[in-house]
Formats: sequence, structure tokens, C-alpha cells
Amino acid sequence: MNFLGKLDWNAIPLHEPIIMGATGFMVLVVLVVLGFVTVKGAWPYLWREWLTSVDHKRIGAMYCILALVMMLRGFSDAIMIRSQQALAAGGAQGYLPPEHFNQIFSAHGTIMILFMAMPFVVGLMNFAVPLQLGVRDVAFPTLNSVSFWLTASGALLVNISLAVGEFSKATWWGYPPLSEMQYSPGVGVDYYLWSLQISGIGTLLAGINFVTTILKLRAPGMSYMRMPVFCWTALAANLLIVAAFPVLTATLAMLALDRYLGFHFFSLEGQGNQMLYSNLFWVWGHPEVYILILPAFGVFSEVMATFSGKPLFGYRSMVAATMTICVLSFLVWLHHFFTMGASANVNGFFGVMSMIIALPTGAKVFNWLFTMYGGRVRFSVPVLWSIGFIVTFVIGGMTGVLMAVPPADFQLHNSVFLVAHFHNVAIGGVVFGVMAGYNYWFPKAFGFKLDERWGRASFWCWFVGFYVAFMPLYVLGLMGMTRRMQHYDNLSWQPWLIAAAFGTAIILVGVVCQIVQLVVSIRHREELRDVTGDPWNARTLEWATASPPPAWNFAFQPKVAGLDAFWSSKSHAQATREEPAPPRNYEPVEMPKNSATGFVTAFFAVVIGFALIWHIWWLAGVGMFGAFVTLLAFSFRRHNEIEVPAEEIARFVRAHQAGVAA
Amino acid sequence: MTEVRHERAPGDRPSREMNESAPSEFLVYTIGLVVAVLLTATSFWTANTTLLWSGGVVLGLAVLAIAQMGIHLVFFLHISSGPESTNNVLALAFGALIVFVVIAGTMWIVADMNTNMMMPSGAPMSMRMQH
Amino acid sequence: MNIAVAIDQIPQEALPSASEAGPAPKRIVVAFGFWIFLLSDIVMFAALFASYAVLVRSTAGGPTGAQLFNQTTVAIETACLLFSSYTCGLMSLAVNSRRYLRTYLGALITFALGAIFLGLEIREFLSMIAIGAAPQRSAFLSAFFTLVGCHGLHVALGLIWLTVMMVQVAVFGFAARVQHRLLCFSLFWHALDIVWVGVLTVVYLMGVSS
Repeated sequence: MNFLGKLDWNAIPLHEPIIMGATGFMVLVVLVVLGFVTVKGAWPYLWREWLTSVDHKRIGAMYCILALVMMLRGFSDAIMIRSQQALAAGGAQGYLPPEHFNQIFSAHGTIMILFMAMPFVVGLMNFAVPLQLGVRDVAFPTLNSVSFWLTASGALLVNISLAVGEFSKATWWGYPPLSEMQYSPGVGVDYYLWSLQISGIGTLLAGINFVTTILKLRAPGMSYMRMPVFCWTALAANLLIVAAFPVLTATLAMLALDRYLGFHFFSLEGQGNQMLYSNLFWVWGHPEVYILILPAFGVFSEVMATFSGKPLFGYRSMVAATMTICVLSFLVWLHHFFTMGASANVNGFFGVMSMIIALPTGAKVFNWLFTMYGGRVRFSVPVLWSIGFIVTFVIGGMTGVLMAVPPADFQLHNSVFLVAHFHNVAIGGVVFGVMAGYNYWFPKAFGFKLDERWGRASFWCWFVGFYVAFMPLYVLGLMGMTRRMQHYDNLSWQPWLIAAAFGTAIILVGVVCQIVQLVVSIRHREELRDVTGDPWNARTLEWATASPPPAWNFAFQPKVAGLDAFWSSKSHAQATREEPAPPRNYEPVEMPKNSATGFVTAFFAVVIGFALIWHIWWLAGVGMFGAFVTLLAFSFRRHNEIEVPAEEIARFVRAHQAGVAA
Repeated sequence: MTEVRHERAPGDRPSREMNESAPSEFLVYTIGLVVAVLLTATSFWTANTTLLWSGGVVLGLAVLAIAQMGIHLVFFLHISSGPESTNNVLALAFGALIVFVVIAGTMWIVADMNTNMMMPSGAPMSMRMQH
Repeated sequence: MNIAVAIDQIPQEALPSASEAGPAPKRIVVAFGFWIFLLSDIVMFAALFASYAVLVRSTAGGPTGAQLFNQTTVAIETACLLFSSYTCGLMSLAVNSRRYLRTYLGALITFALGAIFLGLEIREFLSMIAIGAAPQRSAFLSAFFTLVGCHGLHVALGLIWLTVMMVQVAVFGFAARVQHRLLCFSLFWHALDIVWVGVLTVVYLMGVSS
């Protein structure tokens, strides 16, 4: 019985220069950041205003920061995959040995989907949805903080795996029997399991929170058909989270039972069934891609309407399409394993369902085009991302319909054609969407716009780089190249892979431009300052308050009498030429009090996860006890609300109005 | 013109002034208990009877279970079809749909794969310990 | 846009529907949030039920359900849960009318019945493991222990929750948030009974009849 379970000094891969270099760099960055915070004496501020904050806007911003950091991590994996494949042709082995290469593509997929795209999408929803609904916070603010910190815990575990032990080599979906103890005896799959479980619980709680917020907390007068489209897409995405993530939790729990206690769900012995895992994984996995793409659709809808100066074309059909996709996305999962051996009936059914789901999506594309048609479109950075999205996503969607045909899929399954397809919709859809949202809502969140020039440069690099990087993969897929090859013999593939690597380099320039954009914008924040709170002449309620909004969001609860509530109130004010609002008596506002519950619970979650990964049972027990006591302590707290006095609200409104007038 | 009214919380009984003739809450729970006991007893009887063919037993048990769940929802959780609980019922219907899709879909897919790969029922491809 | 402006002119009072009523009171928000959580929990059970249904015949030559299950134990377990659901309902009536003694009594009976259920289930598990029908024996037994055990785990958590709630009633009285939590607890407990109806039917009754 070992006190530290499987953990010893051999867990740190000191003999691997690439891993140790990456680890060293990561540790250095963390130390620099921590040192900077300490030197500036910013710990109390950070603790008070961010780490323990239950304000949905702060939590949303932290989600997005987490996503951007993890994007850098996932993107460096992408660079390594592309450069390895550009080099390792013929007899060459490239610079990454197979066991390292396998970890890299597994980490790339896991990180990009669960720790980049998910936090980014949830972050944008967190920031924008309560503001758009005209309310002061989400339904359960402290739970929201717990959700975020659990997601961050999962991300932390993935990063720890780089330095201590290894990450999964069994791809981002971890199919058994490869992921069973017999074939993956290391801790990699365990890192994968527990980081997904912990962050998955966080995501599930966030989903519950948002469904409740959208269905139960809306400004007076905001009926369902007056909600902004982003709120509709957020509702659909969160319904999918609530309905799909429990399946992932159950599936990964079963795999964990197989690995830890020798159960036989998916093992080769004891009549376990490996196909059951694939089936259940994709019951979650397919709704998951719609969880990511639907909010991106919502962002595009807001951006298109705002920058075209027109109401969104076909609002009702947009809502109908969103909810149709929400239900249909649960009826297509088998298209991820057409080749596993189902009969023509089953494959045919799921193939047809997969094609049908393209219809509501197509309706949306036409709605966006008609929104722009006849409008005075301002080609600002969010619009560039949106137009880039329409073009790219339509191509990706069509290759998707192609692969929804089972006979075609038998040719293309597991080839890099598939890799090109899902990057085409994931980058062209989700990444472009979150980038549009990031540029669109940044001035609302921080009170100054992002630099346009660097934003444009970043967009064009991403856009061009994407095509250069992924169009060759379509060709290679048709030439017969399978995915995840550490090296290959067919020399005719190499030029295409070199082109793809070059495309990745162009995207890298785009990523650098984004970083530069942020730095430049922060340095020039005074010139980019937005005092009106409405820099884009927008339509929905989040722009009706100051930028950045105060903790209480709105001094008075907005009353809504139609779609595009802020736009109609602006036109109403213009038409009647009356002063915006006669002075009113401000009333004190009850706001949820800060709470360390989320942060402390997440700390214990990391302890539990790490202990389970390394089989340190006593530590897992300590972690569970700690988490339980933390939640218990929160439940016994007497006062969860703090009152913001009326004078403070009045002072803020006066300062804001003075700023607008000046 | 009616006053603005919120939907009911799940698990709460309809408000009194809405429904003057409603039976007492104690009575509702007791009726629920009695019906549930009867249904459970019938389920046990069905499982052990030789009067039905085997498919009939499974069918009967399924029907009884669904009826039982309905009784619990109506008498213990106070789900009703009134406009006061539209959201609660819609959420429940969505959940029931997903439960149905997950269970029926999984069973259909895996059973189909097993037969299509010409395996004996329930024995997947990679069986090592066949007896 | 013109339509939006036109709607703007309609006086607010003409629109009384529930969807325009503004933010709902805390009790409704909390209970609805918990309702959504329960739905997600039931979807998780659906995944376990689906796995059980797929693996039920994969006994790998080991014992089958018909050989293992004891209907008497199951009947007592079912009775315990059903009556505890009833007493839990009576407890929530006592909570709504703010009667301490009846609340404590209802909670005590509910707790006792739940604990008996749990004890019987643990005894059943241990006796199965003792005769070699452990979850490691076959895929069927893995699925059985996981599905039934997951329900049992929920019952155990419910018992802890109930204990904490009674302490909170003693400390805070029937404060609004204590009442909200007790409402959520009763939803949880009734939902567990509904899941048990599924377990009873699919695992035990269909198991012994086939």
C-alpha cells in the first residue's frame, strides 16, 4: 500500500525535451503572472472582484479568458500535429515519437472542444443573456461561480497532465477497448476521464442555471417571441446541455468503473460491449456539437441585424429552426459510426435524419443573407467574421451532407476528409462565431472597443489560413489518407501536408494578431473608449445600460413591449423628441453577495481528481470531505444578499449621463 | 382583465383561490398511495402469473410501470395540465422524449448490430468467454 | 421596426400573460431549477437503463437475474420507498403549514423508511457478492450493480440531505430558503420513487419473469 498511490518521481517525463520545454514554459508563464499580481499587490482586488465574484458578467469574462488561454494550448498541439505530418513522409519519423504524437492529437481534440469552445460559448452566454433579458443576474449566481470554477478545474487537470504523468493516447472520445486498463495502463485515460467528469458537472450546472434563467427570469413584457435570437439559441443549447451531458457523465462513469474496479461494461472479458460505449458517447457527442454551434448562430444573428441596421429577417423562422435543430440533434448520433456494422435500415434512418437537419440550418443561412440584403451593412470586424462564417460554414455543411450518405461515409470514414469537414464547421462555425461575439461584446464588457485594424488582420489570416490548412485535407482524404498518422509512406501526400502546415502558420499569424489586437486596444483604451454604452447602434437591451455595466446591470428594471426592445425605445425617443427619461426615484437593489464557495469547491475538485488519477485514495476522501463541508458551510450562510444603496445607483447613473452628454 | 400571474412551482399544489372545490391535500396524497399500492401489487402478480404469454407479461409490466409513474406525477408531484404549469409540463415532456430516444435508440442500434454481425443475441463481436 | 414601434404604443396593462409577468418569485425559480436538474438526473438514469437493457443477457455463463433476485426483499424495499414518498408528502404539508412537530415526525419516518430500504439493498448486494455474483463476474452484473447502486447512492445522498435540512429547520425555523430547499427535497424524493418504479419493473420483475 503506497502512501502516494501510483505517483513517484518517474511520473515527471524528465527525459522528454519537448514536454519538459513546454512544461517549463508553462510554469514560467504561471510564475510571471503570479509574480506580477503579487508585486502589484493585486491579490485582494483579484480575490474580491474576480475569484469570489458571482456577477454573471465577471464570470462570463473569466470563462472567455480561460477559453483564450486554452486555445493557445490547443493550437500549439495543432501546430505540432501539422508540422509532424509535413515532415514524417517516406522513411522519416519526424520529431514526435508515436506515444507523444498520440497524446497530442488526443489532447488537441479534448482541449479544443471541451476547454476552448465550451467555455467560450458558455462565457458569451453568461455575459450577454441576463443583460439581453433585462435582468440583474442569472437564476443561481453562486452556482454559476461553482460551474465556472469546476470547468477551470478540469482545464487545470489537463494541463497538469503535461508535467505529471501523461495524457490519454486513446483520442478525445476514448473508445474501449483501447481505453481500458488492459491496453492503456497509464494514467492518461484517467486524466481524460476525471477532467471531463469535473468540467462536465460544471457545464451541466451551468445548463440548468441558464434554462431556468431564460424561462423564469425575463424583464416584464418580454414574452418568448420577444426574446433576442441569441437568448433563443442559448435556451436551445442549454436544453441540450441538460439533456446530453448526463449521458456523458454516465458513460464515463461506466468506463471509470471498468478501469478502477474491473467491471465489464466495455471490456473484452465478461461479455462487455464496446459498441455500447460508442453509441452512448455519441448520444452525448452529437448534441454537443449543436451546443457549440447554436449560440454561435445566435451571435451571427445579433451581429447581422445590428450592423445591417435592420431587424433580423425571419425572426420566427429563426426561432423555429433553432428549436427544430434542438430536437433533431438527438436523432442523428449514429452517423458517427455508420461503419460499425449496423444494417441498412438503421444506417438509412440516421442518414436521412442527418440530411434533414441541414434544412433548418439552410433556412438560417438565407435569413442572414436576407437580413443583409437592402441594409446599410457596416463592415466592422464582427461582420467580417460573420460573412466569413457564412461562406465557410456552407462549404462545411455540404461536405457534411455528403458524409450523411452512408455509402459515401464508408469511403470517407476515418479519413482526413472527415477531419477537414469537422474543422470546416468547427472553425468556420464555432470559432468564427465566438470571435464575432468577442469583438461584438468586448466594448460592453470593458468599456472600450477592440482595435479594428488588428482585428481585420486577424480575421483575414484566420480566414485564408483556414482554407490553406484544410482544403488540402479534403484532397488527401479522397486520396486515401487516414487520420492520426504519425508517419506515412506515400510521398505524393507530402506536398499537400506541407501546404496544410503552411496554412497553420498563417492561422498562427492570425492568433498573434489577436494577441496584438488585445494589447494595442488596452494601451489605446482612452481613444477607443465607449461612453454611450451603445457603440454599434444596436438593438437589444444589453446596450441600454452603461459600458461596462454596473453590478446591478439596470438602475430600473426595463419594461419590454416588443422585439428589439432597445431599438424601439431609441426610435420612440427620437420620434417624440422627448428627453430619455424624467428623473425618477432610485430604489436600493438587492444583489447576491460574493462567495468563495465556487473557488474552494473547485480546489477540492482538483484534489479529488488528482487523487483518483494517481490512486491516492485517502486524498480523494479528504477532497470529498472538504467539498462537502464547503457546500454545507454555504448552505448555512445567513445572508446571501447585499443591498446596494439608492444613492450609489443614482451616482452611477448621473456619472454615466454626464459621460454621454460630454 | 386578469392580474399578471406567474406559473406554479413544480411540486406546489394549485393555489386555493383558483380551485375552491379542490380536495384536501392530505386526501390527494392518500389516494395516490392507495392507487400506487394497488398498481405495485398488480405488477408483482403480473410478473409471477402463468395466465399471460411471456410477451404479454413484459407488455403488462411496462404499462403498469408507466401508469404508476403517472400516478406519482399527478398525486405526489401535483403535475396538472393547467396553464399554470405549462413550463413544468413542457420540461417534463422534453425529458421524457430524451429518455425515450436514448433507451429505444440504444436498444435498437445495439440489437441491430448484434444481429447484423450475425452474433447470437446479446453476445457482441469480441466475446472471449463464450460458454 | 414599424411593427415594433406600434407594439410599443400598446399600454403595458393590456398584456397580462404569464410569459410577460417579469422575473418569477424565488420559490418558483428555485423549484423550477431543481426540476430541470431532476430531468437531467433522469436522463442519466436513462443511459444506465439503456446499458442494462443491452447487457442483461450478457451473463458470460454466470448467474442470471432469475437465479439471483429475491422477490420478498424487493417487495419490502418497494413498500419502504412508496410509504416514505407518502410520508415525505405529508411532511411537505406540515412544512407549508409551518408545524414543527409534524415536520420532524414526517422527516423521521421518511428517514427511517429510506434507511431500511438502503440496508436491505446493501444486504442484497453483499449476499450476491458472497456467492460470487460480484459486478466483476459479467457485464450483466456490472450493469445491475451500477444501475441499482446508482439509485441507492441517490437514496443515501437524500438521507444526508434530509438530516441537514432538519438541522436547518431547527436553526433557521421555516425561513423562506429552508422552505425552498424542503420543496426541492420532496421533489427529489418523489423522483427517486419514480426511478425505483423503473428499476423494479425493468430489473426485478422482468428479470424474474423471463
